[in-house]
Amino acid sequence: MEALLNVNKMTHYFGGLRAVYNYDLNIKPQQIIGLIGPNGAGKTTIFNLITGVHTPTEGSITLQDENIVGLATNEIAAKGLGRTFQNLALWRHMSVLDHIKMAHYSQLTYGLMGSFFNTPGCRKQESEIKENSYRLLELFDIKQHADQLVTSLPYGAQRRVEMARAMATDPKILFLDEPTAGMTPDELVQMIKIIRQVHEDFKVAIFLIEHRMKFVMELCQYIQTLVFGEMIAAGPPEDIQNNPKVIEAYLGKEDVT
Amino acid sequence: MEIARKFKNTFSMVPMFGWLSGALAAVLVEYFLGYNYISLVLGLPKIPVLFGTLIMLKTPIMIPSVLAYDLIVYIIPVLTVAKLTAPATNKIAGSLEKIPIWLSTIIHLVLFYGIMHLWAGINDYRLLVLKLTMVSIILTISINVINGYQGEFSCSHPGFMAVGAYVASILTLVLFVNDKMFGQALLPAELGPWLFPFILIAGGAVAALSSLIVAIPSFRTRGDYLAIISLAFMFIVKSAIENMNFIGGARGMSSQPDYASLPVIFCWTILTIWIVHNFVTSIMGKALNAVRDDEAASESMTVKTKKTKIIAFMFGAFWAGVAGGLFAHILRFINPGTFSIQRLAEILAMVYFGGLNSIIGSIVGAVSISLLGEALRPLELFKWIIIPLILIFVMIYRPYGLISFKEINVKKLFRSKNK
Ligand SMILES: Nc1ncnc2c1ncn2[C@@H]1O[C@H](COP(=O)(O)OP(=O)(O)OP(=O)(O)O)[C@@H](O)[C@H]1O
Ligand SMILES: [Mg+2]
Repeated sequence: MEALLNVNKMTHYFGGLRAVYNYDLNIKPQQIIGLIGPNGAGKTTIFNLITGVHTPTEGSITLQDENIVGLATNEIAAKGLGRTFQNLALWRHMSVLDHIKMAHYSQLTYGLMGSFFNTPGCRKQESEIKENSYRLLELFDIKQHADQLVTSLPYGAQRRVEMARAMATDPKILFLDEPTAGMTPDELVQMIKIIRQVHEDFKVAIFLIEHRMKFVMELCQYIQTLVFGEMIAAGPPEDIQNNPKVIEAYLGKEDVT
Repeated sequence: MEIARKFKNTFSMVPMFGWLSGALAAVLVEYFLGYNYISLVLGLPKIPVLFGTLIMLKTPIMIPSVLAYDLIVYIIPVLTVAKLTAPATNKIAGSLEKIPIWLSTIIHLVLFYGIMHLWAGINDYRLLVLKLTMVSIILTISINVINGYQGEFSCSHPGFMAVGAYVASILTLVLFVNDKMFGQALLPAELGPWLFPFILIAGGAVAALSSLIVAIPSFRTRGDYLAIISLAFMFIVKSAIENMNFIGGARGMSSQPDYASLPVIFCWTILTIWIVHNFVTSIMGKALNAVRDDEAASESMTVKTKKTKIIAFMFGAFWAGVAGGLFAHILRFINPGTFSIQRLAEILAMVYFGGLNSIIGSIVGAVSISLLGEALRPLELFKWIIIPLILIFVMIYRPYGLISFKEINVKKLFRSKNK
């Protein structure tokens, strides 16, 4: 099948620090790919490079054969890369419902004058978006919190808000940066279920960073391992699990279970 | 406590229409009986202009008379009429619920305007205070767009106001007035009031353009640095005007035509509230909040953050410019000194006192600081001690201001209170 996203020989320096080196990635429709590696390996940096937060020092990135290097983050997001953040990045004075509505921003067509004068076109689109937002809230089991401020939600629910928000941008690929960080084992099981369901319902491809091996092994069809910005191994879960280089990179640093 | 609860229970079933009827009764009492009967009998020299606050501070011996006046003219009529007519006004409110909401809003507004008109008709000082208070409402809402909804600490508002005031003044003087500065009028004076709205819009538009000078640096910096840049903008505008002798320089400009009547200002205030309300409750407008709360997350959720910031600044500056134009045609005299640090302090006090991210908060802030400023006028210097002190207290107990993060719900506001 045709690749959705193609990253070729991407390298990035922060000043003198080489954060990512010669990185390749190829995501096909509906694939679930995992990215693992010890702290500071450069995983989040890879997310930021692809989504346009930083511009890579070298290398090319194409989304459906179209170059996206140099585009603004919001343009790349509108083209179909949705993401969540490692440390929650929610809008603290906004309600849960407003979060989901806001992520429809690129789909707005009523324009400034429409919003100033509350035109029928504006009202119609706003109510369609509201309806769609409620569907997402239901799917992620946060409908009961719709009118609450995000800051008043329990941690697990906040994570789900972030994911629902990312899905509201209507992505082709969903980037998840440590979706289970700080979660209890129960919440972890629920998260696996939600990700599976999102994958099935929306037919999106998923690219996720994770520390917990159990989670990655269970979900991903393909896994990349990053150490000091370099990919040391890539392949299906079984290969990665038994790869001596991966075991070495993790030994003494991370809990492999 | 007990009394407060009883009071609340008795009056909780009065709808907005009932309160307006009460207020109408009060201003009618004042209009017909205020001078001849009530103030003469109480030994007051004339009708107290602002609820008697000025007299109380100047001649404390009058305090009992003034309080009696307020009680007889305002408090008793408002409360009794509101209470007694509640069954009727609830019925009216109930039938108003059945007509389109915009029509019901207009009916309430017309009633409200009538009350203000009667109240302000008593003397010119009241009229002036009322006009300036409404201009303050527009200003406060407009700065709330930038400092509240968009969360930038911008100090450039007097500058935007000055731009609007000067552009509008130049236009009306050139077009409709024969004066020393610009010579013969270009258009017949009868057209003036009809073209005045377009002149205000032109002033607002130039102010909006000028705001780009502050908006563009806001892409890369916020907080203290942006505050300094915006403050610099304000001083640049002021000294630029001081050095433009063809528009009067530091001496200022005068003899603007008398276009800013009470109904005109009232309509502009309502228009501001309506448009800003529409904007900030739409997704397009809530993007301001998103960018304020987390810029990176907003970008990743497809929000155009730079465009959003530009919109916030231009939109806020536009209304500040309109307010400036109205202001110039109320006082019919402006000079650069009017738009300086003291004006800034006043605007900031209004917006932070009233509440960030809330139109109703801005209205409350503008009205209370304006009226307080007038009421405390006899205290002169002490005014600038008392108002900041109040501000400090509010900031301690309510860091975002009295009413923050709350929008007007017209349906709820006008609802019938029949259980
Ligand atoms: N904006 C930045 N400027 C400079 N250095 C950065 C920046 N972002 C990340 N780095 C550095 O790049 C390296 C990789 O960081 P990154 O956040 O990508 O690691 P990670 O694999 O996501 O780690 P973790 O598992 O802790 O999240 C680190 O050494 C980090 O300090
Ligand atoms: Mg990371």
